[in-house]
Amino acid sequence: MRVIKKIGEWFDHRLQLAAPIREAAGHPVPRNTASWFYVFGSAALTVFILQLVTGILLALIYVPSAGEAWSSLQALNHQVALGWFIRAMHGWGSNFMVAIVLIHMVQVFLFGAYKFPRELTWIIGVFLLLMTLGMAFSGQVLRFDQDAYWGLGIGASIASRVPILGPFIVKLMLGGPIIAGATLSRFFALHVFVIPGLLIAFVSLHVLMVLKLGINEWPMPGRIVKRATYEAEYHDLTRNDGEPFVPYAIWKDMFFAAFIILAVAACAYYLGPFGPTGQPDPTIIQTAPKPDYFFLWLYALLSLLPPSLETPFLLIGPVLVIVGLLLLPFLSGEGEKSWKRRPIAVITVLLIAITLGTFTRMAQFTPWSPHMSAWSGDPVPDRYIHGTTALERQGALVFQVKQCRNCHSLGNTGGQRGPALDSVAVRLTQDQLIRQVIQGGGNMPAYGNNLSPAETTALVAFLETLHPATQSPARDAARDMVLSESKPKSAAQP
Amino acid sequence: MKMTTKPVTVPPTDRTLSRRSFFMKLGILFNAFAAMVVAVPVVRFLLSSVARGQAKGYLSWVRLGDVTNFPEGQTRMATFRNPFVMPTDGKTVDTACWVRRVSGNEFQVFAINCAHLGCPVRWFPQSGLFMCPCHGGAYYRDGSRASGPPERGLFEYPYKIENGVLTINAGQLPTPGDPVASLSSEKPPCA
Repeated sequence: MRVIKKIGEWFDHRLQLAAPIREAAGHPVPRNTASWFYVFGSAALTVFILQLVTGILLALIYVPSAGEAWSSLQALNHQVALGWFIRAMHGWGSNFMVAIVLIHMVQVFLFGAYKFPRELTWIIGVFLLLMTLGMAFSGQVLRFDQDAYWGLGIGASIASRVPILGPFIVKLMLGGPIIAGATLSRFFALHVFVIPGLLIAFVSLHVLMVLKLGINEWPMPGRIVKRATYEAEYHDLTRNDGEPFVPYAIWKDMFFAAFIILAVAACAYYLGPFGPTGQPDPTIIQTAPKPDYFFLWLYALLSLLPPSLETPFLLIGPVLVIVGLLLLPFLSGEGEKSWKRRPIAVITVLLIAITLGTFTRMAQFTPWSPHMSAWSGDPVPDRYIHGTTALERQGALVFQVKQCRNCHSLGNTGGQRGPALDSVAVRLTQDQLIRQVIQGGGNMPAYGNNLSPAETTALVAFLETLHPATQSPARDAARDMVLSESKPKSAAQP
Repeated sequence: MKMTTKPVTVPPTDRTLSRRSFFMKLGILFNAFAAMVVAVPVVRFLLSSVARGQAKGYLSWVRLGDVTNFPEGQTRMATFRNPFVMPTDGKTVDTACWVRRVSGNEFQVFAINCAHLGCPVRWFPQSGLFMCPCHGGAYYRDGSRASGPPERGLFEYPYKIENGVLTINAGQLPTPGDPVASLSSEKPPCA
């Protein structure tokens, strides 16, 4: 033991680190911050370190070349011992990191920890969030498969909409005229050198400030933050009701860190690595690209925004959000910290969570996308053509052959892009059906050029049979009168 | 540093210090010069992909195949190798496009990329529509917008027919903000 102590002293005489480390470990924290609510920051750091380690391990095999990246991932999955596990750890670690950073941010927001004097800690935290998302996106690109390839196309298309500079940004982002080798290489440089380097620097600052300014005390309703008095009050709090960070509070951080590492490992072991999906060959177009989990909400949003709103939304929205987050500690740097006295803060968080959650859920079903294989697999069910006339059956055939069910469901089979047609005759009269089929509208393409008059007549005759037995189809009463005046009544409805 | 502001009571010390601070300033200046010298090639290197793209540097005429490969009145997929290639590009330089032979020598060549956000559109001859798998964009057979989020029709490549070979002017990913393909949209006088 004496030898070890001697060696330790030899090193510390030169490094001079023992005293500051001892000071950091022993600095007093308010007793009530030793809470399970205060473990997310250290958990984010833990997952970040895990990502660094697994990322370096993957780099031992991965080849950042458009021609070879995909096969090197296949080698990791199938050839290298436990390569699949390291890939899975890195992929799940990424999901965990985004989730934990978001939870950490919500907790900091609801506990008012961004208020004086911790404004800069929050601002650096905002940059850390952006970098985390940047890592998530660039990491998805490095998994150079079909999703990554077309995802880059989406990124380029969004970037191209920036006024004036758009085309330059696209070429800068792609490293050339198309998505190719240079694109992957520059995303590799971003994912492996640039962003991690910045992350390490910013995380160090972030943690340093937590140590220097002290952890946010548990917010008490009615305890108001004032710039003039806060620091003295906090100092009193830690002196009168404080305990050393080690070991009083840190044991919870340690338990949660270990739990998170085990959770990532368990997800990796049981659920496996992500992809890669098909080869990044742009001539293989039988693909439905989808982003990774944490960008699904954006995928849904891009499908549902009205076309005219999309570009302003894409270009102005992110700026507003980032500026809003950066300004937050200056707009409400003082005042009430407790979420119990900040109803608008709570409602804001709930609203954002519900919105993002709904969009994410919708993106898992993609009701806006036509079902591209519907026509060959799903003939019109028998029960819809029982007791129909020859013309109506001809219409059913047109309905199937023209792939109406790519977008419309019948008997719960088919796309959800357009409305279900099981009772369309109740909603639309014969004239309205003809007009809708020929001219389209309301997001439906016009089929006038693609259907002969005979086909349209047959199709509409079939659509007119689509109504529940208990409900009669919609009729235009005025038209009936005109027709009955001009000629003998035709095709009376039952 | 503060000493330089002192009155000139001790001339030699003051002169030494100002000489030092002069050299420090000169050192900063020298480093700024060195930084400039290095920055010029660094910036030019970083922007090389942008600079080359000016004045249609990436675009050239590419052969899609014999005109007879494309039956009249039909729309078929064709592939070509992107004219600008780097050694590490792998399969990514193979590009797909849709060729519609309207009649005779009248063609329409559409980019595979949806005019919304660039996903690959697919042609459905039965319903006569191009459909996008990502966000639900749809286009008519002539490439014009039918429905969904796109704000415009499909991107179209300029084409010409040389000795019975269909040739298009391509080489750059068309995007909503930079629809290269349709930039030079003047119809070639070959019909």
